[in-house]
Amino acid sequence: MAFTQRHLLGLEGVPAEEIGAILDTAASFKEISERDIKKVPTLRGKTVINLFYEPSTRTRTSFEIAAKRLSADAVNITASTSSTTKGETLADTARNLEAMRPDAIVVRHPAAGACHFLAQHVSCPIVNAGDGCHEHPTQALLDLLTVRERCGRIAGLTVAIVGDLLHSRVGRSNLHALRALGARVRLVGPPTLLPREFEALGAELHTRLADGVRGADVVMMLRIQRERQSGHFFPSLDEYSQYYCLTEEVVRLAQPNVIILHPGPLNRGLEIASEVADGPYSVIMSQVTNGVAVRMAILYLLIARSKAEDAAEIEEAAEPPRRRGGGRA
Amino acid sequence: MSARLLVAGGTVVDPVAGTVGPADVRIDDGRIAAVGPSGALGEDARVLDARGLLVLPGLIDAHVHLREPGYEYKETIATGVRAALAGGFTAVACMANTNPVNDSGAVTQFILDRAAAAGGARVHPIGAVSVGLAGEQLAEFGEMQRAGIVAVSDDGVPVMDAGLMRRALEYARLFDLPVVVHEEDRHLAAGGVMHEGLVSLRLGLRGVPAAAEEVMVARDLALAELTGGRLHVAHVSTAGSVALIRAARARGVRVTAEATPHHLFLTDEAVAGYDTNAKMAPPLRPRSDVDALRAAVADGTIEVIATDHAPHHRDEKDVEFEAAANGVIGLETALPLGLRLVAEGVLDLPTLAARLTVGPARVLGLPGGTLAPGAPGDLTLVDPERRWRVDPRELRSRSRNTPFAGWEMTGRAVVVLVGGRVVHEEERPLAALRSAS
Amino acid sequence: MSTAGTRQVMDAQAIHRALVRIAHEILERNKGTQGLALVGVRSRGVHLAQRIRQALHEIEGGAPVPFGVVDITLYRDDLDRGLQNPEVKGTDIPFAVDGARILLVDDVLFTGRTVRAAMDALVDFGRPQSIQLAVLIDRGHRELPVRADYVGKNLPTARGEQVHVRLDEVDGVDEVVIEGA
Repeated sequence: MAFTQRHLLGLEGVPAEEIGAILDTAASFKEISERDIKKVPTLRGKTVINLFYEPSTRTRTSFEIAAKRLSADAVNITASTSSTTKGETLADTARNLEAMRPDAIVVRHPAAGACHFLAQHVSCPIVNAGDGCHEHPTQALLDLLTVRERCGRIAGLTVAIVGDLLHSRVGRSNLHALRALGARVRLVGPPTLLPREFEALGAELHTRLADGVRGADVVMMLRIQRERQSGHFFPSLDEYSQYYCLTEEVVRLAQPNVIILHPGPLNRGLEIASEVADGPYSVIMSQVTNGVAVRMAILYLLIARSKAEDAAEIEEAAEPPRRRGGGRA
Repeated sequence: MSARLLVAGGTVVDPVAGTVGPADVRIDDGRIAAVGPSGALGEDARVLDARGLLVLPGLIDAHVHLREPGYEYKETIATGVRAALAGGFTAVACMANTNPVNDSGAVTQFILDRAAAAGGARVHPIGAVSVGLAGEQLAEFGEMQRAGIVAVSDDGVPVMDAGLMRRALEYARLFDLPVVVHEEDRHLAAGGVMHEGLVSLRLGLRGVPAAAEEVMVARDLALAELTGGRLHVAHVSTAGSVALIRAARARGVRVTAEATPHHLFLTDEAVAGYDTNAKMAPPLRPRSDVDALRAAVADGTIEVIATDHAPHHRDEKDVEFEAAANGVIGLETALPLGLRLVAEGVLDLPTLAARLTVGPARVLGLPGGTLAPGAPGDLTLVDPERRWRVDPRELRSRSRNTPFAGWEMTGRAVVVLVGGRVVHEEERPLAALRSAS
Repeated sequence: MSTAGTRQVMDAQAIHRALVRIAHEILERNKGTQGLALVGVRSRGVHLAQRIRQALHEIEGGAPVPFGVVDITLYRDDLDRGLQNPEVKGTDIPFAVDGARILLVDDVLFTGRTVRAAMDALVDFGRPQSIQLAVLIDRGHRELPVRADYVGKNLPTARGEQVHVRLDEVDGVDEVVIEGA
């Protein structure tokens, strides 16, 4: 099955077969991280730029390791060290990078649509590592890989996603992908953080945590950002935690073999109780492992595809014009 | 040059009478003298051949941003006037959010001086409601009116202080000035960059709910009712606002309203792909709001179509969506879009003409907008068959931020007369003039 | 079952005989299966390796030879030439490569680049004592200094011709056909 995406800007609208292809590829990349020599020469000589406008150690490190395990050269640019602090526009940064001919750019930016914008200004594949509140596709992919590994499938599962859905790019990406693959998705959170329009995207909405988690096969907890308090979304972290923290008591309402995911970093005691995060149902560490494999798969598929496209263009340009009608015998 | 001009052989659209039919228009000494059947208006005039063209009173755009003084890199009064003429407008009313703000007679005078130097279309400045648009203290309406303003408005920003708005409506009565309001509750809109709905949810962009506009419309209607002042609601964008305005009108509140062509054609879906040329305030709304606006424009609840022409430099639009400046240009696309509304059966030609002529003229108290004898000799001649494609690089405005790039349009203003003089012609040579023998 | 322009060069029986002969040769040259490990190159090399493994077991008995699979997609040297369908099925070497005598199995030996890639993959897992190569078909036109230790059939071909190995496990039939240019 051909992988047709030119960039990975999001999972909305990506066909289920292609999501499956990414997961399959990622699964086969996992064993590389188990070897002694955790490297394959596939992307040798290719340059992957990590352009991070938001602080993020774990995602950036995950992408860096992914690139290096494929023998690519990974370059990290963070907003604090780049010329953006001197007020360089995104467009100019894009042009400067393009002039250095990278083979892929991984971008994290606080503005939704920043990756779409960059994709218009550079010619190499763009990987969205999180653009504002819009999408975080590699996170959702690693979440899906983890679920598939533990539950054997995605279709037909009941998945509860709990937290600040309004602002969550992880929530959106997961919703799109889970629905595409046939899961039942419940979104759980306070009314101020749960826009009704999510129903139009195929989710069931719950404002009571117990109702949302009851009978679920998978529970995904989202990070609460402490800065959200200033928007009057909830009166205090205490009150939020009182009603939406995933405690052992709540976990008991789910399926007996439930798995619990969290994109990290954890706010222990706020959105998830420590005992649950460290407990037997938590697959949080698997998520991190799968993260590297998923990112390796994405870099590989996008760069391989873009090279195939380049090669096809060169071939077309080099071919002599064909004659119409019957050829020579 | 002869003081008598006969615009002959065209199809005259009379927005007041509501008629469309073949007729000649005679202009004497810069004023409309008469409208009558062919051949009946005397031979002793130069003739302007209007065969095949629609003849309308000069179009008036009640809401533009000319950016001068202070933001000349986006547009100047001269380039704005050129864009207006290219769009068929004989007069524009320009907003006060310049730099310095037009909150004084001096700035009003400056604008008028620049307009006189540019020549061509008439420019009617709108003065600020509050000093510096800060929403704290009334600007000097009287001084500004003596200098030449036709209305007051803090457009660009809302007047959040209801107490100030109340006093503004009352005080403006002394000068019979309409108060033009930009309706947007700052707290509800807080950081929103497009309409709050399914599209904003999918795109991960913060939204502005329809309620942000409607609570302010409701508030100001109540204040207009309280004070007996004249309220004109700028760029109405929601069905809810339309309903509030309609009900208030029925109660006798002195309210008028305008809608922009982009709000009559585009929905929030236009933001897909994060196109910054779909970003403006108020934002584009869903289909149901567009339909309600169209119905309101048709039935007269909204009696003015105004472009809210808002030029922005490329550097301010070629950025990530949330950082992009709000606004789109509109002077050169308004007329063909209006004709498209007629073609789609939303309203008839005289009604469209009224929304762009007598409607704005009445709201702003301007002498033009009609074909009545004695009215200024301002006419817009339109080739209703002319097909053209919107190419941003060919627009006369200094800025290129149009959401209609690439659109195939039918209809274009080809001759514009102001005060009986041809001030703009579009690649159509004047027919040979016949003078009195 | 050949179409115009193709001709069959081996049928099911020929393939079977060749594999049995290869198994005997392996046992002869290595003096048994001690220390041997079979690694099939995806995808048809895997099935051939399974058959050889089975044959070795039938002839000599004893414990079945350790078995692994190598996917060379990630070791190819032609990423820039454009892969039509970059599908990665995965490499699985469940035994220690250090010190092992590896028997690499593939269906067709042509330019030698696939074998080189397979060897690159293997040495990433450890340091084998030796690597031998068994192929069903050697069609010539080497571009690298690679040679097979065990060959099912030597098949002289023109460069533009294509050799298709079809196996029952995958294609429902056992045969080798050559397709003319």
